[in-house]
Amino acid sequence: MTPTLHVENPGVLTTVQDLGRPNAVSAGVQAGGAMDRFAHSAANLLVGNDPGVATLECTVSGPTLLADERCLIAIAGADFDPRVNGAAMPSWTSLVLEPGDRLTFAGRRSGARVYIAIAGGFEGDRWLGSQSTNLMAGRGGMHGRPLKAGDTLNAMGEARKSALAGRHMPEPLRPAYSDHTLHAIAGPHLKRLDPESRRLLFQVSYKVGLHSDRMGYRLDGPQLVAAGGELLSFGLTVGVVQLPPSGQPILLMADHPTAGGYPIVACVVSASLPIAAQLLPGDELRLADITLERAQKMRQTLAAALDVL
Amino acid sequence: MRIQPLGDTALLAELSARLDTAINTRAIALATALKKRRDVRQAIAGYASVTVHFDPEHATHESLAAAIKRLAARRPPMAEPGRLHRIPVVYDGPDIEEVGERLRLSRAKIIEIHTRPIYRVFLVGFVPGWAYLGPLAEELALPRRDVPRTQVPAGSVAIAGRQSGIYPLPTPGGWHLIGRTSVRLFLPDSDPPCLFRAGDRIKFFSTQQ
Repeated sequence: MTPTLHVENPGVLTTVQDLGRPNAVSAGVQAGGAMDRFAHSAANLLVGNDPGVATLECTVSGPTLLADERCLIAIAGADFDPRVNGAAMPSWTSLVLEPGDRLTFAGRRSGARVYIAIAGGFEGDRWLGSQSTNLMAGRGGMHGRPLKAGDTLNAMGEARKSALAGRHMPEPLRPAYSDHTLHAIAGPHLKRLDPESRRLLFQVSYKVGLHSDRMGYRLDGPQLVAAGGELLSFGLTVGVVQLPPSGQPILLMADHPTAGGYPIVACVVSASLPIAAQLLPGDELRLADITLERAQKMRQTLAAALDVL
Repeated sequence: MRIQPLGDTALLAELSARLDTAINTRAIALATALKKRRDVRQAIAGYASVTVHFDPEHATHESLAAAIKRLAARRPPMAEPGRLHRIPVVYDGPDIEEVGERLRLSRAKIIEIHTRPIYRVFLVGFVPGWAYLGPLAEELALPRRDVPRTQVPAGSVAIAGRQSGIYPLPTPGGWHLIGRTSVRLFLPDSDPPCLFRAGDRIKFFSTQQ
C-alpha cells in the first residue's frame, strides 16, 4: 500500500512543487517550481528519489502531517524546528515515519521555506508537464491550490533507489544560507544606470519589501536611476533584477512573469538563488558583483554537492 | 545584434530595438531553430530578441553566441501567415471616454481605427495567455496610465503605446481599457493553454453584446 499523509494543519502556505514547467513559457505560463531547488533536490535525493519529483514547499511555517503507513521522508531548507511525536528531528536527514507518527514544526528559527520529500515523491495533478502548483492559473499539484486541513497526500510509489533512514547532507556542502549576500553578474542593461546608481547597486544593502512573494522580491533601498524608456518586451528568467520607472529594483523569483520590458541591471547567479529563496520580507541582502567564471564555479560546486547524495 | 549573458545559464540576443514585423519574424524563426539544439533548454522569442536558457554541462555563453550568430545569418524561412482570429469586442470600456477626450476622437472613430488593421501577435507572455498585439495606429497611441489598476477584469481589451492586448486573467494592469470580449484566451485545459500563438493575426470587430 502506498503511504498516505493526512494534513491536520496546512501551515501558512504549503504547495506541491517540482522543478517547474519550462516548456510552458511560450504560452505565457510561468515556469514555476521549487524556489530553493537545492533544498528541494537534496530532500529528494536523501530519500532515494530523482531530484525532479514533487516535494512540499512550506513557507514561513510547517504543516502538521499524520502518517498512516511506514514511510521514509526528508526535510531540508529552512529550519522550522521539525518534530516527530514531539521529539526534535534533524533536517537534511532521511527519517522514517511509523504508522500513527505525527510530523509537526515547532516554529521558524531561520530561513523561509522548508521542503518535505517522501520516498516515491508526492502525488499531484500534472499540468503542462509538471506537478508544480501554479496559484495564478489554479492548476497543478493539489488541484492548483495550497494544502488545506483534511487533504490527504499520497506517495507516487517506490523511490528510484532504496534508501535508509539517517542519510545526511553535512552543512559544509549546503549553500551558505546564513550569509545574505547574493552573488550577481552585470545585467544586459546595466549601462543604462547613471554612474551614481551603478556605484550604489553593488554596495548598499537592500531590505526585501513587503510585497514580495514567489513572483519576485521588491528590494527597498536607494532609488536607482536609469536612462532611456521601456524596452520592447523580451523573455525573462529567474534571478534577474529589473528596474521599473519607480527606481525600486525587483528580483524575479520562480513564478515571475515570462516577459517584460524593464531594464535588467543585474542577474543573481544560480548558486545564489537558494539563498534568495530563503529570505522573507524585512530581511536584508546585498548584491555582490562577481565574474561569470566565478558564477560557473559556484554552480558546479553546488551541483557536485548534490551528486554526492 | 547584441548578445549578452542573462545570468550564468541564459543569454539575451537582441536583434534590434525596433517594433517591426520582419524582425519579429526573424526572432521567432531563431527561437524555433535554437529550440532544436540539444544544449538549449528553452528559447523564447521577444518582440525583437531571443532569450535562451542553455544546459551549462554542454554549452557556454561563447559557444551559444557563436551558434546564434550563425543561425541569424541564415536567410529566415518564408514565414507562413499565422492563423487569423476574429475577435468580437463590445467597445464600452471604462477608459474609452477618457481616451476619446485625450485624443480628440469620438467613440465611433476610436472603434473604426481600432478595428481597421489586422494585428500581429508579436509575443505571448507576461501572464498566462497574454498576447502583445500590434502595431496599433499612431492615432490611438497613448502612454500607459499613470496609476495602474490593481485589478483588471478578464476579457478587457486594452491599448498602450503602439500596442493592443486582451487581459486573459484578472490581473493588475496599466493599459487603457476600451472594450471587452467574451472570447477566452487562457485555456488551462488545452495544450498549448492559450488561444493565440506568436505570429498569429487578429482582427477585432465591434459588437453590441
